[in-house]
Amino acid sequence: MLLRHTTADVMERSALTINPAKTCQPIGALYAALGVHNCLPHSHGSQGCCAYHRSTLTRHYKEPVMAGSSSFTEGSAVFGGQANLLQAITNMFAMYNPDIIAVHTTCLSETIGDDLVQIISKAREEGKVPPGKHVIHANTPSYIGSHVTGFSNMVKGIVTYLAENSGRKRNQVNIIPGWVEPSDMREVRRLSRAMGVNCNIFPDTSDVMDAPQTGRHEFYPRGGAPIEEIRHSGDSRSTLALGPTASEAAALKLEEKCEVRSEVLELPIGLVATDRFINALRHRSGIRVPGFITDERGRLVDMIADMHQYFYRKRVALFGDPDQLVSLTEFLVTLDMRPVYIVTGTPGKRFETRIREALGDSVPEAQIRQGPQADMFLLHQMIKKEGVDLLIGNTYGKYIARDEDIPFVRFGFPILDRVGHSYFPTVAYMGAMRLAEKILSAVMDRQDRNAPEESFELTM
Amino acid sequence: MVLYPIADALHLVHGPLGCAAYTWDIRGALSSGPQLHRLSFSTDLREMDVIQGGEKKLAKALCQLIDLHHPKAAFVYSTCIVGVIGDDVEAVCRQVSALKGIPVLPVHSEGFKGTKRDGYRAACEALLQLVGTGSTEGISPVSVNILGDFNLAGEVWIIRDYFEKMGIEVVATITGDGRVDDIRRAHGAALNLVQCSGSMMHLAKQLQEKRGIPFKRVSYFGIEDMAQALYDTAGFFADKSPGIVGRTAALVSQELSTIMPQIAQYRRKLEGRKAAVYVGGAFKAFSLVRALRQLGMDTVMVGSQTGLREDYEELRELCDEGTIIVDDSNPLELSSFLQEKRVDLFIGGVKERPIAYKLGVGFCDHNHERKEPLAGFTGMLNFAREVYNTVASPVWRLTPRGAMRDRS
Ligand code: SF4
Repeated sequence: MLLRHTTADVMERSALTINPAKTCQPIGALYAALGVHNCLPHSHGSQGCCAYHRSTLTRHYKEPVMAGSSSFTEGSAVFGGQANLLQAITNMFAMYNPDIIAVHTTCLSETIGDDLVQIISKAREEGKVPPGKHVIHANTPSYIGSHVTGFSNMVKGIVTYLAENSGRKRNQVNIIPGWVEPSDMREVRRLSRAMGVNCNIFPDTSDVMDAPQTGRHEFYPRGGAPIEEIRHSGDSRSTLALGPTASEAAALKLEEKCEVRSEVLELPIGLVATDRFINALRHRSGIRVPGFITDERGRLVDMIADMHQYFYRKRVALFGDPDQLVSLTEFLVTLDMRPVYIVTGTPGKRFETRIREALGDSVPEAQIRQGPQADMFLLHQMIKKEGVDLLIGNTYGKYIARDEDIPFVRFGFPILDRVGHSYFPTVAYMGAMRLAEKILSAVMDRQDRNAPEESFELTM
Repeated sequence: MVLYPIADALHLVHGPLGCAAYTWDIRGALSSGPQLHRLSFSTDLREMDVIQGGEKKLAKALCQLIDLHHPKAAFVYSTCIVGVIGDDVEAVCRQVSALKGIPVLPVHSEGFKGTKRDGYRAACEALLQLVGTGSTEGISPVSVNILGDFNLAGEVWIIRDYFEKMGIEVVATITGDGRVDDIRRAHGAALNLVQCSGSMMHLAKQLQEKRGIPFKRVSYFGIEDMAQALYDTAGFFADKSPGIVGRTAALVSQELSTIMPQIAQYRRKLEGRKAAVYVGGAFKAFSLVRALRQLGMDTVMVGSQTGLREDYEELRELCDEGTIIVDDSNPLELSSFLQEKRVDLFIGGVKERPIAYKLGVGFCDHNHERKEPLAGFTGMLNFAREVYNTVASPVWRLTPRGAMRDRS
């Protein structure tokens, strides 16, 4: 019982976070930057941070993750990190020849107050940025927000630096896919094309963070949104931002900077959310939904029908990042399950309202917790008070699942102890089928395991 | 981070939340008893704290946690920004210690204070405040402390068992499966055994200087090094414990006779295959080169992140001619060496694993993420099995390089 210290009584503890349900901003900024082609992410801070972030991303995606670090010393903490960053920019262009360096800050550089805008323009003035190459940045102070905030800030940074309005509209739609798996981004692209939408997706980590085995180590894998295309995002007809927490900021920036109209949708996870996504695409292209997409939806409905008798009113606890949780909640309601505890460590407006909307009037007893003290410890306490039939969340949930002996489905970031999540989408109809299958398998495996001899049956 | 394995202590990260999230149970340091060390506590410093200072928050968090968990001691890890916002962590620790009656020790682990080695030093300083505060009554004159093993995958248990079979008392294991009370009486041991990488070197040196306890550098990895460690220790106690040398020899030969036949089998299959090694400490690299040689493999590239000049000279001597020796390399360089030398196995850390796989090369994790004990004689057998399993995996025949080899 690893978590036997957890008590059922929820105590007041304003100064303390136990087993946090989130990580820090830079890791999200790093992931976002990997979705740009030929981009080298750079961590402006001490080496330790960068090593943590690279390791965690590697553990989740099982891919090489390259990033530079300003390698702060005690001196930089006193005099500022300008010299380190300038040096690093020179070295990185010389050694690794990226098209773009995406710098994010860390707690340390934020606290000492390094001015990245100024440092980057100094680098340009001093000729440290070769012609045609780019250095962009995002401020990602870790003591505000979470890894999702960092992702959002970097996507916004990408737009701020790169998007341009040339005055000539292009017949295309920007899609900002949010922090989802590379396979999800690929699926979003497939569906958009099928719906006749000429899409410009960024960031796009497909073919970067799920690169095929080729026998070579590609320092910059084939995927990632090309800088040219990101520049043209300023000429697009409109923007679809998937997941407000991760993608809205960039969409608004595009609107403000290049006058590209934007619409924010929830992540297309689950049947209803996917319907809305497909609908949004349909409005843009004006074509009818092709038969094979309708069939995918039909198969999903058919599958849910086959499964519904097992899901009936089951209590579910879920934790993770806001955008994922909102859509997942809605999907669980579709499956006739009851999301009773919903916990996120990521702060942000409207989370509770969005969840309540997703719940409709189906689960009035649902408890929604958000913010720094909404950690795994609190979730565990809630579960101890009144149990659940299923737990859904990232790898950190396994301790609670084990201690309380609850079926557990891994979903979200990070997943450190399984392989496969980055290869199969959970978005759209096919993704929903996969999620539903995982959920049902977890529940049924437990039933089989616990069944006494006489009620252990071949068919269920 | 080296203090984390102390299982009945509370470990609190004073800093932003992120740092703590990354430390939550990612090293496989096992404890035979309490599991308190596997939880991750953070003061979660936020914007206001950065402006106003985090001392109050720290004191409050410490008090709450101590009341809740009743640990034997508490370690407070300061992260980078604490140094910058200027919290007086020591003062807070002193206050809380006086209030709660347990040692509360600050660890200056600010990331920007230089390298990993400085972090080790900070950990040793914290430990030095504990050692010497317990009673040494009843400790045998034939006794050791095991320093610098983190009990990854239970390795400290294997080593401890050997020493006990030789008739040596193990006073404290620092820090793997460590207990606060044992560490407090560690100064009663007659000898300190310091495991390779040097994380606990500073502690050993201080104990020699201040308490006159001699130390020996040892490695428990690989047959040669393991046996050497046992014989050296036996030699040290030869006067005080008659027959110890004989007992040790018997132990070694018994262990060898169990594992050698199987090792020989693996060796037959691995003979002539090529390996590359890139690990944290140079000492570990030495042991690995020797162990690979035992398996009939050639190490064609070897390097470490924290090696010193002398270390590299020693490596040069140890390795064959033509072996590439690298110092603090970058991924680009590493992968080009792996390709150039056409290796079959790469031994490295978590960040290198996918690089090896992309190239179609087998991989073993010899850093913190290993799940099988690799120390001791049993460990050598595990190592051989692990190396064989990955090198001989059929998956590599599906990769371009494997297909090429099959054709030729
Ligand atoms: S919380 Fe701050 S100091 Fe810690 S890893 Fe994240 S950026 Fe680095």
